[in-house]
Amino acid sequence: MSILVETNTKVICQGFTGKQGTFHSEQCISYGTKMVGGVTPGRGGQTHLGLPVFNTVQEAVNNTGATATMIYVPAAFAADAILEAASGGIKVIVCITEGIPVLDMLKVKTVLNDHYPNTYLIGPNCPGIITPDNCKLGIMPGSIHKRGTIGIISRSGTLTYEAVAQTTNCGLGQSTCIGIGGDPIHGMGFIDCLKLFQADPQTEGIVMVGEIGGTDEEEAAKYIQTSVTKPVVAYIAGITAPKGKRMGHAGAIISGGKGTAQDKFTALEAVGVKLARNPTEIGKRILECF
Amino acid sequence: MNIHEYQAKKLFKDYNIPVPANYVTSKVVVDDQYTSSLGGSSWMVKAQVHTGGRGKAGGVKKANSSKEVTEITQNLLGSSLITHQTGATGQPVNQVLIETATEIKRELYLSFLVDRATTKITIIASKAGGMDIEQVAADTPEQIINVTIDPIVGIQAYQCREIAFALDLTAEQRKQLTILLYNLYNLFIEKDLSLVEINPLVVNQQDDLIALDAKINIDDNALYRHKDLADLYDPTQEDAKEHKARQFELNYIALDGDIACMVNGAGLAMATMDVVKMHGGEPANFLDVGGGTTAEKVTEACKIILSDDKVKAILINIFGGIVRCDLIAAGVIQAIQDTGTRLPIIVRLEGTNVDKGKEMLAQSGLAIITATDLDDGAKKAVLAAKG
Repeated sequence: MSILVETNTKVICQGFTGKQGTFHSEQCISYGTKMVGGVTPGRGGQTHLGLPVFNTVQEAVNNTGATATMIYVPAAFAADAILEAASGGIKVIVCITEGIPVLDMLKVKTVLNDHYPNTYLIGPNCPGIITPDNCKLGIMPGSIHKRGTIGIISRSGTLTYEAVAQTTNCGLGQSTCIGIGGDPIHGMGFIDCLKLFQADPQTEGIVMVGEIGGTDEEEAAKYIQTSVTKPVVAYIAGITAPKGKRMGHAGAIISGGKGTAQDKFTALEAVGVKLARNPTEIGKRILECF
Repeated sequence: MNIHEYQAKKLFKDYNIPVPANYVTSKVVVDDQYTSSLGGSSWMVKAQVHTGGRGKAGGVKKANSSKEVTEITQNLLGSSLITHQTGATGQPVNQVLIETATEIKRELYLSFLVDRATTKITIIASKAGGMDIEQVAADTPEQIINVTIDPIVGIQAYQCREIAFALDLTAEQRKQLTILLYNLYNLFIEKDLSLVEINPLVVNQQDDLIALDAKINIDDNALYRHKDLADLYDPTQEDAKEHKARQFELNYIALDGDIACMVNGAGLAMATMDVVKMHGGEPANFLDVGGGTTAEKVTEACKIILSDDKVKAILINIFGGIVRCDLIAAGVIQAIQDTGTRLPIIVRLEGTNVDKGKEMLAQSGLAIITATDLDDGAKKAVLAAKG
């Protein structure tokens, strides 16, 4: 078991024939992801990487039975691509694209909430999702992963890799890893992922990697208190970040004194989450839970 | 992206949001041509800088004659304004905004922002205008009015009425506020703003609503579709190194410490700073070279961090996913050769092509200290900076 994606998940790529889409589709195929085609408007009927290209997501879904997509289209067209995927019946939408205007995402979120309550959006501005040895949708280096028992949820790309490498090195491995993205308005949050990991029999422990900005980690702490019985280890990046400055990610900003790393650590510790105050100790902390 | 008050007020005017008669100048004006065309008998002279707390820092002054306008303008232009929000060097004043003084009956607060918790646009209003709104929210939360707008249907008249009644406005002012809120909403949506704040929004002697201040923040991600707004960017209000980094699409933020950091990924860059601090060091900057970086960008990034005189050691922390370690190594070697720096450089490489990257660094003949992981790298950097 795993969450959201597994070995039989049929995957398409939007922005399939572009540079990014091509490179990462190749990587995903060689990792073993069951890719069944891609979408590039105007290039329907062609073959790319040995797979069929479609003009629309709807056509791709009708012809291949795909249920998941990864999106590599430029920021100006990404909101449209997400809505097209939802409208086409895709259930797991992974949007890698960085730099989507916030107001575009507000509309996307509202439409998804109102009309597609059973569709999962991961991202944007994220590394994607991987179930080791089964299915990789995204840009993460596959080689550092190892099939195992820890579920990983992270707002940051490279910090996810740190957590992955450490859980691999300590021998536990990962059930599924999700990068939820660094934008202020994004799809799945910590709580959505915690809920799925709690219900997944393969997952025995959970690592949360948060960062400054917003109150998602504080909300997650409340959820953990009432609904998560599996051990959780958390690291929050940005204890040294100055107020009012955007730390790379659009969502990583302490505004109005809210969203500090200390607040998040405190909220999580209060509900029994084990803290890794040093990000190099994530593996050690989760190992201590077993 | 932040813009100046005078730029924000120009946008307000374009959207029929009432502001006092004003003009902006970067030169000292000696005759009364402008004050007489503005009208009134007293004027406000306001330093145009990207920071809050201008009033308390002496950046906003009242003048009762043309002569005083000239004097205040003279003092402000070319000076640096230091407020509780700026660093010790302050922000340079290159323009002042001169506007007719308004006689104030009531001071209100109004803002629109993207609320990440509700994933909607939220209007915040308060009867307690002219004060620090975060303080008001903390001390007297009952004074804060929150209204959430569904982006699909947009702002509704009933929401405007709700705010107007909560602010105890007269019938005429309620009409004015409704028009003002619709106009502000249109401005917010059409120009891709992430924040617009009027503090204070005042009731003047004629019982009309008028925006005395204007603060606008534009969503950087949307600047590609607003060329006119992108042109409002003022590099003089940014740290010189941050400005340079922006040109190379690098995420750089200057800090006060002496250990420079170069990292791929925003989260890992923050984590690197945290670990440096944990081992008793002080980071000199935040720098994320990004996912799709090139050797040239890495070289430029190195040059930017080396241009900070405070720096005593450099910590490079790369976990290559898309970024290849050999490419990072090539960029670092180039930068060291170009700048001839003798500062200690600590490198931690992990991920794609790590062996090739390490080999390149080893064969370069440069005195580079290698680290096994982030913790090890941070320890070595702190030690090197002290040495």
